[in-house]
Amino acid sequence: MAIRARLKDLAALEDKFVSGHGLCPGCGIPLMLRMVLRATEHPIVAVNATGCLEVCSSGFPYTAWKIPWMHSAFENAGATAAGIEAAYKALKRRGKLPGGDKKIKIVAFGGDGGTYDIGLQSLSGAMERGHDIVYICYDNQSYANTGGQRSGATPYGASATTSPAGKKIPGKLQWRKNLTEIMAAHGIYAAQASVSHWKDLFMKAQKALEIDGPAFINVLIPCPTEWKTNPEDGVQLAKIAVDSKVWPLYEVENGKYKINYYPKKEVDVVEWLKPQGRFAHMFKPGNEWMIEEYRKRVNEEWERLVRLTKL
Amino acid sequence: MAERRILNGNAAIAEAIRQINPDVVAAYPITPSTAIVEHIAKFVADGLMTTEFVTPESEHSAMSMCIGSSAAGARVFTATASQGLALMFEMLYIASSLRLPIVAGIANRALSAPINIHGDHSDTMGARDSGWIQIYSENSQEAYDNVIQAFRIGEHKDVSTPVMVTMDGFILSHAVQDMLVEEDEKVKAFVGEREPLYNILDVDHPITVGPIDFTDYYFEHKRSQFVGMENAPKVILEVAEEFKKEFGREYGFFELYKMDDAEVAIILLGSTAGTAKEVVDELREKGKKVGLVKVRVYRPFPAKELADVLTNLKAVAVLDRAASPGAVGGPLFTDIRASLYEYEKRPIIVDYIYGLGGRDIAPKHIAEVYERLEKIAATGERGELIGYINLRE
Repeated sequence: MAIRARLKDLAALEDKFVSGHGLCPGCGIPLMLRMVLRATEHPIVAVNATGCLEVCSSGFPYTAWKIPWMHSAFENAGATAAGIEAAYKALKRRGKLPGGDKKIKIVAFGGDGGTYDIGLQSLSGAMERGHDIVYICYDNQSYANTGGQRSGATPYGASATTSPAGKKIPGKLQWRKNLTEIMAAHGIYAAQASVSHWKDLFMKAQKALEIDGPAFINVLIPCPTEWKTNPEDGVQLAKIAVDSKVWPLYEVENGKYKINYYPKKEVDVVEWLKPQGRFAHMFKPGNEWMIEEYRKRVNEEWERLVRLTKL
Repeated sequence: MAERRILNGNAAIAEAIRQINPDVVAAYPITPSTAIVEHIAKFVADGLMTTEFVTPESEHSAMSMCIGSSAAGARVFTATASQGLALMFEMLYIASSLRLPIVAGIANRALSAPINIHGDHSDTMGARDSGWIQIYSENSQEAYDNVIQAFRIGEHKDVSTPVMVTMDGFILSHAVQDMLVEEDEKVKAFVGEREPLYNILDVDHPITVGPIDFTDYYFEHKRSQFVGMENAPKVILEVAEEFKKEFGREYGFFELYKMDDAEVAIILLGSTAGTAKEVVDELREKGKKVGLVKVRVYRPFPAKELADVLTNLKAVAVLDRAASPGAVGGPLFTDIRASLYEYEKRPIIVDYIYGLGGRDIAPKHIAEVYERLEKIAATGERGELIGYINLRE
């Protein structure tokens, strides 16, 4: 029986990712894990790309994982998970699974660096081959684990250590890669979610885990350390990202786009940009054009997304 | 009954894999090992194997998949060569340090640039510090026999280390040879079942695999990994002994050819041994006391055992089918020379780099080396330490 998306019910379930990890105060990753790891009654085997979550949850001789967990390298969470899945199928068929014939779900976690950038090929291959795995990208919009370098997910304008806002170049001048659509183009279930909207995230995770095949969810993870914000503001900022249409909540299922949440009131991108130190230079006199450009692009992308839902 | 077949090296390795029927094969095609993967694909398509056969989008992902599968308790095989092995480089170290007994069939091929599809040992020599056991083959029969033994060696609980079985690209991978294919059931029985050290799919006993180590544990963990390699020699010989009992063919760390009363010898790896044996036979007929040492197990390196043989000689030439720019000679040479350091009585030793990018080595080239060795033995004068064979300069 499917687990109901009610806080009361979810709170009664055991945490599979427990305290003692070293993630930063205000990091959104544990919030995401709390939802995803509860979203199926079947046992989960977790795979982790190198990154914040891996480093902060597995410092030997401790572990924050109460489920089987494996890390092998940075750019290969997709392939490592696919390998475990292939073994699972083979051993199941041959009656050699430890603990008998039970349904096991394999879930890979990778940050935006490990997913948008270095791990994209491995992820794409795994999805194309149709392995029964769920891949969750915890997108905190930079190489946060190594001190905030720019990634393909870093938003336009953001100052990162490898795209610093300097006297001549005002931060990152490229728009972020649209990974969710790239994954949707594989013909799989692909969704975009945010830790600010826990119920939406939970239900997407549940759906992804129920699918007998590949699924992908891109989750916006507030990162106070690299976004240069107060730790306590993370979830609120993630909510503003959704309300300002910077990070729309949508899913693509059987090729059909569906927006899961239409913001009720207009929230300007300034509300998203202003509280974050990484965008501070955009508010200096003479840089107004950056905010203008940002607003224009967000609106264009939203309109495009709305059009896609009507196809 | 064993069946006499005419197979090239790729087909021979694929036959062994068909018989072993591993749980998972994940492999990416690359010349000259492609046919191994194609044969396996066909066996699976025809229902002759029940292996979970996967074709990842790169060698890096192929090895990553092998690592995931092996950590999930599966018996795993892959095949590759050259750039493919180079692309796996990062993952080779992870496979060995996670103690995963993956078996890889390698058709040795030169590394780019310039791009070249022909045989030399640069690829596997580049991986010699990756913590994998390396077993070199002289012909299709050995490639087949070595793959069968590789699973037993790597999966032995005291070893738990991945194994690469190599054969020279094209020279072996594509040249057909007369060989014996043993009975399916006998091979299956010989290889047996894998008993993994741990299993990520054991959800009732969750473990954390591949955690981060800081300065306080990394060194100890690496040291404990090396124990597998240290235990390997004993297991390699035990498996060879059992193999001989079951199938009649004899294997060790190396093969000695007409070495009993030899005064000078060539030492090398792989298919060139076949050519060198012909030359040794001819020279022996002329009364020359020449011999050949063909190294089969390169990692772990049988240093003491080789020294026991070589210290009785007057002069030795090492033939390296790979270069190590900036080092004092090729990889095999530096290993052998280091092995002899302990001994007061040791032969004069020289190195030759040969056969890069598939450059031919003919009997006359080998005869010239023996001729020089005899001169060195007679005069005690070595001359150049490192030379090249069949190179236009």
